[in-house]
Amino acid sequence: MTSKTNTISRICQCLLALSVSSCGGIQNAVNPAGPQADSLSRLWWLMFTVCSVVFVLVLIAVLLALRNRTSEPPANTPPLLELPPEQQRRRRNAIISAVTVTAVILFVFLIVSYSAGRSLTADLAHKNGLTIDVTGHQWWWEVRYNDADASNIFTTANEIHIPVGVPVLFNLHGADVIHSFWVPNLGGKRDLIPGKNNSAWYQADKPGVFRGQCAEYCGLQHAQMALWIVAEPQDQFNAWRQSQTQTSMTPTTDSQKRGQQVFLSAPCVMCHAINGTPAGSNVGPNLTHIASRNTIAAATLSNTREHLAQWIKDSQSVKPGNKMPQNNLGEADLQALLDYLQSLK
Amino acid sequence: MSESQKAQKTAEAAEVSNFTISEEELAAAMERERGELEKTWARPTGVWGWLTDTDHKAIALRYIVTAFIFFVLGGLEAALMRIQLARPNNHFLSPDQYNQIFTVHGTTMMFLFAVPIMTALGIYLVPLMIGARDVAFPRVNLFGYYVYLIGGILLYAAFFLNTGPDAGWFAYVPLSSAYSPGKRVDIWAQMITFTELSALAGAVVIIGSVFKMRAPGMSINRLPLFVWAQLITSFMIIFAMPSVMLASGLLASDRLIDTHFFNPAEGGDPILYQHLFWFFGHPEVYIIFIPGLGFISPIIVAFARRKIFGYTAMVLSLISTGFIGFGLWVHHMFATPIPQMGQSFFTAASMVISIPTGVQIFCWIATLWGSRLNLKTPLLFVLGFFWVFVLGGLTGVMLASVPLDLQIHDTFFVVAHLHYVLIGGAVFPLFGAFYYWFPKWTGRLLSERAGRLNFWLMFIGFNLVFFPMHQLGLNGMPRRVYTYLPETGWSTLNLIASIGAFILASGVLVFIINVVWAYRAGMVAGDNPWAAESLEWAVSSPPPNFNFHNIPVVQGRYPLWEGIENAPVVRGLSTTKREALVTSVMDAQPELRFEIPGPSIWPLMVALSAAVMFIVGIFTPWAILTGAILAGIALTCWFFGDPNYENHTARETGKKSPTISPVSRPPELQPKEI
Repeated sequence: MTSKTNTISRICQCLLALSVSSCGGIQNAVNPAGPQADSLSRLWWLMFTVCSVVFVLVLIAVLLALRNRTSEPPANTPPLLELPPEQQRRRRNAIISAVTVTAVILFVFLIVSYSAGRSLTADLAHKNGLTIDVTGHQWWWEVRYNDADASNIFTTANEIHIPVGVPVLFNLHGADVIHSFWVPNLGGKRDLIPGKNNSAWYQADKPGVFRGQCAEYCGLQHAQMALWIVAEPQDQFNAWRQSQTQTSMTPTTDSQKRGQQVFLSAPCVMCHAINGTPAGSNVGPNLTHIASRNTIAAATLSNTREHLAQWIKDSQSVKPGNKMPQNNLGEADLQALLDYLQSLK
Repeated sequence: MSESQKAQKTAEAAEVSNFTISEEELAAAMERERGELEKTWARPTGVWGWLTDTDHKAIALRYIVTAFIFFVLGGLEAALMRIQLARPNNHFLSPDQYNQIFTVHGTTMMFLFAVPIMTALGIYLVPLMIGARDVAFPRVNLFGYYVYLIGGILLYAAFFLNTGPDAGWFAYVPLSSAYSPGKRVDIWAQMITFTELSALAGAVVIIGSVFKMRAPGMSINRLPLFVWAQLITSFMIIFAMPSVMLASGLLASDRLIDTHFFNPAEGGDPILYQHLFWFFGHPEVYIIFIPGLGFISPIIVAFARRKIFGYTAMVLSLISTGFIGFGLWVHHMFATPIPQMGQSFFTAASMVISIPTGVQIFCWIATLWGSRLNLKTPLLFVLGFFWVFVLGGLTGVMLASVPLDLQIHDTFFVVAHLHYVLIGGAVFPLFGAFYYWFPKWTGRLLSERAGRLNFWLMFIGFNLVFFPMHQLGLNGMPRRVYTYLPETGWSTLNLIASIGAFILASGVLVFIINVVWAYRAGMVAGDNPWAAESLEWAVSSPPPNFNFHNIPVVQGRYPLWEGIENAPVVRGLSTTKREALVTSVMDAQPELRFEIPGPSIWPLMVALSAAVMFIVGIFTPWAILTGAILAGIALTCWFFGDPNYENHTARETGKKSPTISPVSRPPELQPKEI
């Protein structure tokens, strides 16, 4: 019943919005999934409504001014250098009223906007939420979960899990150029600037998957630098977190063992880390639990065997200019490597 | 005053009042003078003449044609981008090509089209509107054009050689410094320096002309609104452009000589670059559309057949826009770590600036209200402006709000907003201005039927391209992406936008055909086809090289509607030297005569020396030295060639101020207020 009412109210909202905004979507500023995005969405609808009314009124005034038309050349109408004083006075008063209304509207906007801005961060610091460090690289996201207990700290990439109903503080850093962290369903964007600290608060009120994308132009592959936020109930989140803090799976089958050898002897090891093996470089994304992620290549491809193979062999054809070199692995080595990577749950 | 002097004065006065001359004698004298003026102000011919001509109308037309070519190039780039984005995962352009194209598109439209073409209309029309024979510094004017041309050629030569800049028109560090190897961003930085230099030259020329070369009687409170807009824009250029030249200069030195102004690893600050850039970048928006507002007032006045409603309010609105425009640059940086209270001031400023703009829109509606309108093409474009610009202004108010901006900043919502403001505030008025003033420039009218087609194609096409982008932005589509995934659901709206782009482009094509046709076969316009009120319509179409044979003494704000044909005129300016009348800043009282410099090759030489210095300087530091020496030589020659050098100082020639002759005027038409 509730869901039906919801659907109806949603449809009404859509009709109201006409063409200006669509409904639904996992990367959508007017489909809020948390309190921050919700207050921004409400601010948007307020401004949209008021501004639409103003727009229509101005256009009506312009159209009314066009009532008297003529096809005579301008020279046939003698110019009018003084309006009658009564008309002059009425028009002046109309303009003064219009300007006053404008000023009042702007003042209301200013106050509403300021209080909406405060609600984005107010009191969240006391709520003992979760702190996550996000570092922007050309063109992927490094994600590090902080904890007072060092054994609970772990690093992953491009996919951020958060518990539902808990405010999460993202500490934002830029590793090379300026990027911008933005998940529209959860809230506004913040820049990741080299040498500066910046932060954002997000909170998801319902479980779901939300897509975000770099919003500051950061070079060749700015278009394909996306991330996923997976909001899940606290117990599921705890389980996920528990699994992420583990070191990587030990290869069990022969093929997986061979795959690990391939990984450690091929160029892979120069850039990627897999905890529990000698691979410890942090130039590229940490692959300790690569098989647990939904996507690869900064949410460009879904994490399937075919995509992994394509990415390892020739990532440049998928995402031209990315920093991963081509790898000329033999077919058998490649299959073994895929077996190994897919075992890293 | 001694008795004898008094007696002499009385005698002179008696002589003047008894002065009579027959109609035939007067006509013959005028004809002779006209011949002399034509000889004195003759434009040099041939290739040499083309390089040295300082006539403000010739320079302005070259500016307009050059800037329009850049507009078409920028438009073609936009079309390529729209083809690429028409469907998801498209491979029409590579990411590298796309990034170069959007950078060059933005750079072209901002620096090579919008600012120069607005200055160009000012350079053509301001002297005619204020009753001057030329601009204040004709050679600086010519220099400005050459510097601009060289900057534009530099950018496009690099672009066609696949060395086009690819760090965005804003070139944020560190992407544009440590992370952009090669010469691409160096080209961008030096091109910025060039075009800004040209804008500064244009601004100085316009301010000098407006302040000191107005016809007597055109006190500052009688200045046409077009001229006010140009004047305020020029002041904004003078305050804003040094900031971006500093940004591009420091960026170039970070890149070329390893300074670390913006390098965080060495104590530099990438945010400093953004402050410098946007301290220019936001006023730039007003620099582009305030002249556009200046085109609208004369068109509305001419078609409404009445004076503008609220002249004083209009002028004060323009001035306050010019001031407040410098106080809101931070709204481009709300996503950077700046404290919320600090950001709120910029929110307030960004919202307040819509009040003066609102005042102007209300005044225009009040002017149109109740008048009988003939909806010719110039007025159609002005009406299009109301739709487009008001919508862009309202989304601007939304972007001023910090929290809302955090959602829609750097998305296609902003792409929609900025095109609504700039195309609405500048391009629609500009096309209106083309239709309105083309007869003055060429003597022929543009076709009215093609004009209507042109307007409707542009208006419909424009809204089709940019309106859906608001929704794309809310749906999460960031700017400057060369592609997107089909799952994002952005495909339909992008396809609509791409179709709209081609309708918009066909509108521009109709305009080009119209211009080419009208230039050869358009209806002959006459001096004043719109029966308009300002002084440029008092001279022939196209105007003579010296603009005004007899500079009129202005009697009011609307000279041609207030009996200019009976007004007294300025007499006593030399017909054998390029002499101009210098008047006072506020009241336009005659002060002195001044000989205006004529054609010269040296502005070109200085521009070329600067080109050696800055362009070759990208490759070798020795070019800086060589270029500086060459520029020094060329500047020295330039100054020695000035007619006011040595015994011709203005003060000496100005000892005797020109007389205002009552040539065959009845006494009641004597100047009233000067």
